[in-house]
Amino acid sequence: MSEVPDSCMYTKDHEWLRLEDDGSVTIGVTDHAQEALGELVFVETPEAGAAFGVGDACAVVESVKAASDIYCPVAGEVTEANAALVDKPELVNSSPYDDGWVFRLRPENAKAIDELMDAEAYNRFLAELED
Amino acid sequence: MPFVPHTESDISAMLARLGVADIADLFDEIPAGLRIKGLEGIGPALSEADISRLMQTRARQDGEPLCFTGAGAYDHYVPAAVWDIATRGEFYSAYTPYQAEASQGTLQVIYEFQTMLASLTGLDVSNASLYDGATAFAEACLMAVRANRRNRSRKILVSRTLSPACREVARVMLKGQQIELVELAIRDGVSDSDALNNLSAADFAAVAIQNPNFLGSLDAVDVLTDWAHSGGALVIGVANPMALALLKPPGQWGAAGADIACGEGQPMGIPMSSGGPYFGYLVCRQDIVRQMPGRIVGRTVDLEGKPGFTLTLQAREQHIRRSRATSNICTNQGLVATAATIYMSLMGASGLRSVATKCNANTNALVDALTALPGVTRAFAAPFFHEAVLTFDRPVAGVLDTLSSNGILGGYDLSADYPELGNALLVCATEMRSATDISAYAGIASEIFGAAA
Amino acid sequence: MTEALIFEYRSEGRKGFVAGPDAVPKLPAEALRADEPTLPTASELEVVRHFTRLSQQNFSIDTQFYPLGSCTMKYNPRVCNQLAMLPQFLGRHPLGPVEHGQGYLQTMFELQEMLRIATGMAAVSLTPMAGAQGEFAGVAMIKAYHESRGDDARNQIIVPDAAHGTNPATATMCGCEVVEISTRPDGDLDINRLREVLGPNTAGIMLTNPSTLGLFERQIEEIAAIVHAAGGLLYYDGANLNAILGKTLPGDMGFDVIHMNLHKTFSTPHGGGGPGSGAVGVAERLKPFLPVPFVQRLDGRYTWATEEHYPQSIGRLSAFMGNSGVLLRAYVYMRMLGRAGMERVADFAVLNANYLMVCLREAGFDVAFPERRASHEFIISLKSIARETDVTAMDFAKALLDYGFHAPTTYFPLLVPECLLIEPTESESRHALDAFVAALVDIRDTAYSNPDKVKEAPVTMPVRRLDDVRAAKQPDLVWQAPGAG
Repeated sequence: MSEVPDSCMYTKDHEWLRLEDDGSVTIGVTDHAQEALGELVFVETPEAGAAFGVGDACAVVESVKAASDIYCPVAGEVTEANAALVDKPELVNSSPYDDGWVFRLRPENAKAIDELMDAEAYNRFLAELED
Repeated sequence: MPFVPHTESDISAMLARLGVADIADLFDEIPAGLRIKGLEGIGPALSEADISRLMQTRARQDGEPLCFTGAGAYDHYVPAAVWDIATRGEFYSAYTPYQAEASQGTLQVIYEFQTMLASLTGLDVSNASLYDGATAFAEACLMAVRANRRNRSRKILVSRTLSPACREVARVMLKGQQIELVELAIRDGVSDSDALNNLSAADFAAVAIQNPNFLGSLDAVDVLTDWAHSGGALVIGVANPMALALLKPPGQWGAAGADIACGEGQPMGIPMSSGGPYFGYLVCRQDIVRQMPGRIVGRTVDLEGKPGFTLTLQAREQHIRRSRATSNICTNQGLVATAATIYMSLMGASGLRSVATKCNANTNALVDALTALPGVTRAFAAPFFHEAVLTFDRPVAGVLDTLSSNGILGGYDLSADYPELGNALLVCATEMRSATDISAYAGIASEIFGAAA
Repeated sequence: MTEALIFEYRSEGRKGFVAGPDAVPKLPAEALRADEPTLPTASELEVVRHFTRLSQQNFSIDTQFYPLGSCTMKYNPRVCNQLAMLPQFLGRHPLGPVEHGQGYLQTMFELQEMLRIATGMAAVSLTPMAGAQGEFAGVAMIKAYHESRGDDARNQIIVPDAAHGTNPATATMCGCEVVEISTRPDGDLDINRLREVLGPNTAGIMLTNPSTLGLFERQIEEIAAIVHAAGGLLYYDGANLNAILGKTLPGDMGFDVIHMNLHKTFSTPHGGGGPGSGAVGVAERLKPFLPVPFVQRLDGRYTWATEEHYPQSIGRLSAFMGNSGVLLRAYVYMRMLGRAGMERVADFAVLNANYLMVCLREAGFDVAFPERRASHEFIISLKSIARETDVTAMDFAKALLDYGFHAPTTYFPLLVPECLLIEPTESESRHALDAFVAALVDIRDTAYSNPDKVKEAPVTMPVRRLDDVRAAKQPDLVWQAPGAG
């Protein structure tokens, strides 16, 4: 079973999103996703200031045998990318919800977050995939 | 049966195992209405002896005219060892080195190839080759648009001194992605750098410059490179690797150097062969390597720590990224790149320099001999490497026809591609052309133009 | 048995193959390079030995059975190489006048004709330099056709989920949107799903038939009818043409455009990754859009057909006219086969594939589509073995190398878990097929008795398994002289 913290919201593309105190959101890929990809060798992060709509491909996580786009879960402007991933993409594997975060975004509409899956719903979604 | 090893007893034993009476039964899933009775119109088989005779006759029919044409394909000497080794079955009949442990030969050759191209061009990294110089240029343009995150422009400024074939292929390949090529005019045989005053580098993803340019001249590479970088455009340098034995490589143009370089690899040991197979090379700065299309070989270690080679950064490629790949390309010109690696190994830097110097001297001698004739002048004064443009007092086509009927390919008629140059001819004399060959050309030309004064 | 890098054969001051004149080039000093490029300084014999030794570290058709699915690794006859390398062919300048090229042009014209007949199309252009470029040409022609009719909204290319990665990548390069459709459990296309996605935005569909699953698409006539009825065109990916050569024609199936991989069906060498050749054929309505140049015959004389004759052409795809040397090899091969030989290609490619499939099934391997006839290739799935022993398809692939067999294609198509896609080709004898079955059985036995042994394979290659993660994370793509950089 992969880890699914209650503090995050989730998408069907296996991104997680966490609302921070300052109103920004932090985005990364789930434990399930990192496990499916295998050891990451490269993460392409968006640049600060870039604006994305919902579902826009905004980052790429790459293992030796697979590459996966990260689709923006909510519309907004990127405020920061995780610079540590440049040298240590494997942080996404070892710490997907903390040190392995990918980028932060200032959402256009904070309510959009509520439309994503919570931990319980995502767990159910993962269980369905197993079948 | 040519190329099918089965004996009658093999066939009956195999059919028995399958439980079918006849090979034809194996095609029973093809709807009956679609099955044909064979390929009407294809002739009977020829024996190896017969096809050999036929091909030799056809080859002889085309003759071996004396070649003073360049324009993207050059008649250089290829040492015997190059293709003798490249066509060993182990290179010739191997597939793409996906099973690295069983493909170390091909992989190491490509790693050496990448090293040689990166070094010749003065850039950091190379891919394993692309189809030809023109497609490499188109891929370089696509790569530049992806790599330039500063201005997100979909325009490339391309000097008209850049090969017309490259520009045409790029136009075809970029069209679907709405990337536009904007032309920079020519003045005196080089890119018109004054025209830059009316343009802003910030409007372009990249500026593409060929040096020596298609017209043979040394172009204004430093000025154009610095201008491009001042506005955040990348620089694509296009260069003949033979010229790079002598000339400052793209990686050293201007203050910061070109970001991407590409070109036609044919001069590196590849026969002219009616246009192919050649290979295109593509090299770039380290930091944009993930925007590079095509295969790349890397050195790593095996589980015992021993060095070995493997295809790497494959997540960029079509077999993994599918519709979001950097390109649809899956092939490289492996065998041709192998031949080029052997060629460059045999020649070394000093050998290439000596061939390049001889080409330069021969073309100078040819230009001197022809411009001594009335009605023949040099089109412009810019220094040239091994090609130069001559202007005639009459249409070029007729002159070329006369030369051709005397067994001489007199050069490339520029009038269709560059009407602004008038009756202009691009000539080239490689190291293969002797003084006698040059005199032969000058002799026939003097009959056409009238003896020198 | 590591072979040093060619750069490590250093003999400072050794002149290259050509002894250089000490002449000074007539070029301005500021244009010259100051540094020395990193090129070898080895002697000719050292160079010959180095590359000969490297060649010996390769598997190849000439040395091993190479049952790589979807790649058609058949014998590449030596005579094709020898005749394509006649000095006059090698020495011909691509811009040489046609009067110095009638022999070459006639050969290309006849090749166009033979390929046209073998596929049932109306016209052929030889200029695309690889399968992927043929695909590009095909999709570009489909787009140009719709645009020429003012039908500008057609920008969707439908691709089955089992397709080669080049299909969706090509559609994207051409500026089209990719619509993936699923495959039914029996391996045929989900035609109901196809009906749903067809519409006014459909530019066309790209199909491989037989498909990448090694199965002949039985509904092809119906598919053609509904795609055409929706205003779309059909693209035939010729990757698997070997299976149907002389048996049925893509033109008859209703395809409007096709690319042929001459390096598969027509036996030109793969060369360690290329050059290939991706000639395209078209139905009558796409003829105006063919990529130029190609060869035409006018009054018994062979000349180039160019933009001048075909103003609606999609244009040029190479600096000159594609991979001529490859085309010469294909021509020699086709003439040596003749009509009967071409029909035999499919006969024996399909016989070998079905024989191998039945032998493996009888040996207890799981065939992906046991109810179906194999075409020229088929899939086995090692899923149950992987579950029980932890030995994967990749491990089988590596272990086969130690038995002296090249691995089949692994993990493609993506639909079948732990799969091996196996294509024996017509060149292989029954004996070679039997030996391959015995090797797979042996590896499976070892997987159950001593799985670690299989997971450690290969042990007889020049290197053991390589660290791919390190290769991608710390890319070492060019050699640096010690002390440099």
